[in-house]
Amino acid sequence: MINAVDVSVRIGGSLLVDRVSLQLHAGEVLVLVGPNGAGKSTLLAAMAGDLPPSTGDVLLDGVSLARWRHVDAARRRAVLPQHNPVAFPFDVRSVVEMGRAPWQGTPEEDEDDDVVTTALRDTGVEHLADRAHPTLSGGEQARVALARVLAQSTPVLLLDEPTAALDLRHQELVLSLARRRARDGGAVLVVLHDLTLAAAHADRVAVLDGGALVATGPPQDVCTAELLSDVYRHPVEVFPHPRTGMPVVLPVRSREE
Amino acid sequence: MTADIAVRLGNAREHRRTKVIALFAGLTAALVIVSIASAGAGQYGMPVTDVLRALTGQELADPYAEGVLWSVRFPRVVMSLLVGATLGVCGALMQGTFGNPLAEPGVVGVASGAAVGACVSIVFGLTFLGAFTTPGIAFATGLITTLSVYALSRSNGRTGTVSMILTGVAVNAVAGALVALLMFVGDQSAREQIVFWQLGSVAGARWPYVWVVLPLAALTALVALATARRLDLLSLGDRQARHLGVNVERVRLVVTCAVAVGVSAAVSYAGIIAFVGLVVPHLVRIVMGPGHLVLVPASLLGGAVLLASADLLARTVVSYADLPIGMVTALVGGPFFFWLLRRTRTTAGGWA
Repeated sequence: MINAVDVSVRIGGSLLVDRVSLQLHAGEVLVLVGPNGAGKSTLLAAMAGDLPPSTGDVLLDGVSLARWRHVDAARRRAVLPQHNPVAFPFDVRSVVEMGRAPWQGTPEEDEDDDVVTTALRDTGVEHLADRAHPTLSGGEQARVALARVLAQSTPVLLLDEPTAALDLRHQELVLSLARRRARDGGAVLVVLHDLTLAAAHADRVAVLDGGALVATGPPQDVCTAELLSDVYRHPVEVFPHPRTGMPVVLPVRSREE
Repeated sequence: MTADIAVRLGNAREHRRTKVIALFAGLTAALVIVSIASAGAGQYGMPVTDVLRALTGQELADPYAEGVLWSVRFPRVVMSLLVGATLGVCGALMQGTFGNPLAEPGVVGVASGAAVGACVSIVFGLTFLGAFTTPGIAFATGLITTLSVYALSRSNGRTGTVSMILTGVAVNAVAGALVALLMFVGDQSAREQIVFWQLGSVAGARWPYVWVVLPLAALTALVALATARRLDLLSLGDRQARHLGVNVERVRLVVTCAVAVGVSAAVSYAGIIAFVGLVVPHLVRIVMGPGHLVLVPASLLGGAVLLASADLLARTVVSYADLPIGMVTALVGGPFFFWLLRRTRTTAGGWA
């Protein structure tokens, strides 16, 4: 649904994304991992159309992003950036309702209330609906931002570290929401730092290092001790989970007495 | 359970609708009352009944009073309403497009640019447009200054909020220096005129001026109402607004032009009236919350009420003196605003 073809992004002389080709298919959760500064957010921004690629192109439904009207693109894909401040003290429901803006004046507008209520419930912020946004905790604000993105009701979701501020229950909640979207025919790209979380929920994992794509594939194939130790420049252990068999990824830890 | 939520939501919306109607009814009533009181008050005082008779087209017993009303008071009241409405609406627009509660039309250099033009006209005694010369030049330079701030702050086809505000700071500094230079160059009487122009006043308003400002103010108001809904999305940030389908660059350009036109027109006649553009949207937000669909029209009415009241005060507080209106708005409004901010910060969470 989104197709990055040979994309490079150069900002102020430094090459942040280096000739990456990555295809996000309908029905899959694709998790993007990599060390700090690997270019994950930059690649996501390029795939969202925020940064024009200096080489290559990003296609949404086969058409170059540059040729999409803003509103039409907003009905196809929603984006959750890392930071989502709200400038004025809107209440939570109003913030989530803003996610419905692209559908204003279309028949889908009639579903606004239901979609917003569902998004509030799915992200577990229903009880905060009347609170002013600045009075929420960081994790609550992060879930409100996610609710807004879900309310946009787009088949494609691009989520930049949606779990960064969340406790473990809500991390699982967010990724099962992503899985559900994919199962319903959507396409979800998620940037994550937690490799075990990535391995557990991803259909495919893409590993970025130094702006370049070093591996893509199913978690079992990509999450190997060798590859990850190399990419993260730190020894990494990978072992199958005793019950599910999914890879569990941990850094090698030594406690020097 | 879902039905329960729907009912609760319905009730909340009903409640808000009542509140919105009450606010607009209250503002409209205040507008009418202040305008009529203002038309009757002044050195040549006259009872409200006379004002009402004149407004309904009846002749007054005192022909002099009728003359005062129609040629001095009414245009002055209308001008104060127009200028106040424009400043209020433009404040809401600026704060909305910049997603910054500190923004006001001054940050993009409208007022200081207009001041340079007005000073040039005063110092060099330009008269090629007759009585319209000073406001005409002020309008042009205000517009040029704002558009150049916009153009200078663009890079890679995008305008960053911070770069625009900083460019505004630089341009304001240059404009301030030019005004200082012109005051230095000008003679005694020019200096005096400049000082009073900068203090702001709607004292000299006449119908021809009103007819010039009216369409420009109306244009600004229409643009403001048309963009109100998109301003909500801009408070999420440029990137987020773009993801939601807003053409952020176009909205910002349109809004900047509207503010430039409206405020240049207002300032060119009334001089620099600080504070209205900053405060009115804040007051509305305290009462109604930040949604721009209500904020923009309420700021329009609120600005009009505030400036008309300030003008009434300016003319009546000290007998036989016409105080500068900019001074009145800041002197009375400043402490009041501070008190309100303190109060809402402790009770409602206030601003982040």
